Amino acid sequence: MPINAESGEFKPMIVAFCCNWCSYAGADLAGSSRLSYPADVKIIRVPCSCRVNPLFMLRAFQRGADGVIMCGCHPGDCHYTSGNYFARRRMALLFSMLEYLGIEKGRVRVEWVSAAEGQKFAITMNQFAETVAALGECKRLEDLRCQP
Amino acid sequence: MQRIGVFVCWCGSNIAATVDVDAVAQAVKTEPGVAFSTNYQYMCSEGGQAIIRNAIAEHKLTGIVVCACSPRMHEATFRKTAATAGLNPYMVEIANIREQCSWIHKDREKATVKAIILSRAAVAKLNLDSPLTAGETPVTKRALVIGGGIAGIQTALDIADAGYEVDIVEKTPTIGGKMAMLDKTFPTLDCSACILTPKMVDAAAHEKITLYTYSEVEKVSGFVGNFTVDIRKRARSVDADRCTGCGDCMEKCPSKKSKSEFNQGLSNRSAIYIPFAQAIPNVPVIDREACIKFQTGKCGVCQKICSAKAVDYEQQDEIMTRRYGAIVAATGFKTINLGRFEEFQYAQSPDVITSLEFERLCNAAGPTKGKVMRLSNHETPKTVVFVQCVGSRSTVECGKTYCSKICCMYTAKHAMLLKEKYPETEVYVFYIDVRTPGKGFDEFYRRAAEEYGVRYVKGMVGKVAEENGRLRVQASDLIADKQLVIEADMVVLAAAIEPDPSARNLATLLTASMDTNDFFTEAHPKLRPVESPTAGVYLSGVCQGPKDIPDTVSQAGAAAAKVIGLLAKDKLVGNPCVAGCNEPLCNGCSACELVCPYGAITYEEKTVMDHGVREQRRVASVNEALCQGCGACTVTCPSGAMDLKGFTNLQIMAEVDAICR
Repeated sequence: MPINAESGEFKPMIVAFCCNWCSYAGADLAGSSRLSYPADVKIIRVPCSCRVNPLFMLRAFQRGADGVIMCGCHPGDCHYTSGNYFARRRMALLFSMLEYLGIEKGRVRVEWVSAAEGQKFAITMNQFAETVAALGECKRLEDLRCQP
Repeated sequence: MQRIGVFVCWCGSNIAATVDVDAVAQAVKTEPGVAFSTNYQYMCSEGGQAIIRNAIAEHKLTGIVVCACSPRMHEATFRKTAATAGLNPYMVEIANIREQCSWIHKDREKATVKAIILSRAAVAKLNLDSPLTAGETPVTKRALVIGGGIAGIQTALDIADAGYEVDIVEKTPTIGGKMAMLDKTFPTLDCSACILTPKMVDAAAHEKITLYTYSEVEKVSGFVGNFTVDIRKRARSVDADRCTGCGDCMEKCPSKKSKSEFNQGLSNRSAIYIPFAQAIPNVPVIDREACIKFQTGKCGVCQKICSAKAVDYEQQDEIMTRRYGAIVAATGFKTINLGRFEEFQYAQSPDVITSLEFERLCNAAGPTKGKVMRLSNHETPKTVVFVQCVGSRSTVECGKTYCSKICCMYTAKHAMLLKEKYPETEVYVFYIDVRTPGKGFDEFYRRAAEEYGVRYVKGMVGKVAEENGRLRVQASDLIADKQLVIEADMVVLAAAIEPDPSARNLATLLTASMDTNDFFTEAHPKLRPVESPTAGVYLSGVCQGPKDIPDTVSQAGAAAAKVIGLLAKDKLVGNPCVAGCNEPLCNGCSACELVCPYGAITYEEKTVMDHGVREQRRVASVNEALCQGCGACTVTCPSGAMDLKGFTNLQIMAEVDAICR
C-alpha cells in the first residue's frame, strides 16, 4: 500500500495464504485470544497449503503486494496427509527463483502454524510485517498496467 | 452477472465497536455485482437470517456475502439460510471481520479499512462462484473389522448388536489375539481367559458376525460407504464344516517339533494344530512348512486317522470379494525384537525372558502349567529381576521413543503374582519412572511395593552376564547414587510394543496414514481419535497407539459407534468442493494421479473436442466420492486442466487482486 500522505508512515501490503485446517484456525485462535498483529496482513483461506499455486504469490507481487506469507499445518500433521510436503517443495523452488528475480528473501516466508498456535500466528505476523516494512515498497514485479 | 447481497454483522459490539459496520456496508455497494447491502446486530440470529432470506427474495440475489465471524463458526449456518431461501448453499461467502479484524485491531479506522478490503475480496470470490451440488452415494450396510484380538472382537460385537452385518478377518488360525495369552489382567487380577473367551464365543455365535480366520486382506478399492475388499482365505488343509475338533490328528501327528506361536516358542506343537484349547474356530490347521506330508509326500497320518474325513491336502487358498460400507483396522501389536539389545543377553541366555513369555509361564494353561521356572534347569527362581523400558522411551536406534504404556502395570502384576506363588522370592524392579495414571493403577503399584515387598529401584540395568549358572545383573540405583550387582536366577524384560508388521501393508491398501512409528494416525488427535483421516476407515486398539485392555475396549466401542453412525445412513452426502478436470486441456500426463493422497484420480479414454476436432484421448477423471478437495492436483497440473470447485484458480486470484488494490 502506498505511503500514507499525512503521516509519511509506510504501510506494507501483505497477503497471507492460510490452510483451512491448521493455520486459518490458528489465526482464529489469535483473534479469539485478542493477540494483535498489524492490519496490513490480509488472509486468504485455502483448503490446504498445497492449493497455493506459486502463481498466486507472483500475482500478489504483480498487483503490488510487499510481502507474501504462506502458512500450513506442521509437517506430518497435514489434514490431507501429504499436502504441506508438496507445498514446502514448491515454495523452496519459488523462493529461489524470486531471489534470482531480485525479490528480497524477507518478503516471502513459509510458516507452519497449528490450530492451537494462536500465539505463534500473531508473533509470526508481527515479525513478518516488521521485516517487510523495513524492506519498504516492492516495485520489482509490480505491473503498472494493473494500477487502477 | 451475479446479484450479490452483502450482510455486515455487528456481532453486538464485538465487531461494531472497532469496525464502522455502516461504512463497510456502504463501501461494498459500489463493488461489481453487489445489488444490496445492509448491516444488522446479529446476522446469525433468527432476525438476521430473516433479513437475509427476505433480501434474497426481494432483490433476486444470486449469492450472499456475510461479513461476520470466522467461516469455521457460522458458514454452515448461513449456507442453510441461503438454502431455505432457495439459493444454492455454495453461493455463500464469509468475510471474517471478527477473529481476523475487529478482535485484533484497536484502531477503528484501520480496522474499518481492513474490513472493507476483506469484504470486497469475498465479493470478488463470490462473483466467480457457481452453484455446486454435493453428490450422493449409497451405503453398503456391512462392516469389515481387520484383526480378531480384543479390539476387533469388541468392535464387531458392538456393531453387530446394533443390527449390522460384520466380518472379522484375522490372519492367525484363531481369534483372541494377545489377550488370550495373558494370565491375569491388572489392576483387578481377574483371569484373562475367563473374561475373553466368553466374548470370543459370543462373536463366533453372533448371527450378524462372520469370522474369517487364517485370512488376510489382499486388496481394497472403493471409498467410504462402498469399499470392495478381496480377502484371501488361506488353505487350512482341514474342511471346517466336517471337522469335529476331536484333536486326534494333533495327537497322532509325528511332526511335533514346531515352536508354538501361542506359547511364545516356549513349547512345541504338532504340524497340524490348533493354537490353544479355547481357540475359535476349534478347527486345526496344517502348518505346511512343518508337515511331513507336504514336505516329503510320505505321511498322511492325520488324514487316515480323521474319522470325519475333514483333512484335505488338496485345499487351495480362496479369494473372496466382499463389499463393505466401513472398515475398522484393529491389527494390534507385537513386542519388539530384543536381539539387538545385547546388554541383556536375551538371545544368549534362556533365563532372560520377555514379559509375554513370563506371562505364559505364569499361566496355568501355559507350557509349565503355571509353574514359574528357569528355562535352563527347570528350577524355581529365587531372585528375579524385572527390567522396565526395554526399548521404550529409548533414543537408541533399535528402540522406540514412545512409552509403551502397559509395562509399568503388568510388571507390578507379574511381581505380585510371583510373590503370591513363591513368597520367598526376592523380586527387583528396575524402572526409569513408574507410570500409573489409570483407575486403581497407583493403588495396585503401591500394593506391589508396600504389601508384597517388591523392591523397586530407580535406575537402568547396564549389563546382564551369565556367571556360574546364574545371571549377574549390573545396575545403577539413581536414588542411592550407587552401583548394584545382583545375582539373579531370572531376568524379565518389559519389551517395548510396536504395531504389528502387517499394519504397514494394510495402511497402504487403505490409503490410511501412519506416524513415524507405524501407528495409524487419527483424523484428529483429540477430537476424532477413532477415525482415520481416510473417510470410512476407523481405528481400534493398539494399532493407533499403545493402550491397555480397558482403553482398547473403550476405543473399540467408540469406533463401533462411528461405524454404526455411518451405516445407519442410507446415503452419504459428499463435499462438493472437489477437483475437476477440464478435459480439453488435459494431456494425460498422470502428474495429478501421483500426488493425489486418496487415489481419487484415474484415467479414462474419452472423446474430447479440441479446437473443434473430435478426438479419443486419455484424460484424468476425478472420483468425486473419493476426492477430499485438498487441491494438490490443481497446482501440480502442468496444463492447468485441474481446478478445485469452490476454490478455483480464478477465484483465489480475484481475492489476491481485491486485497492488493
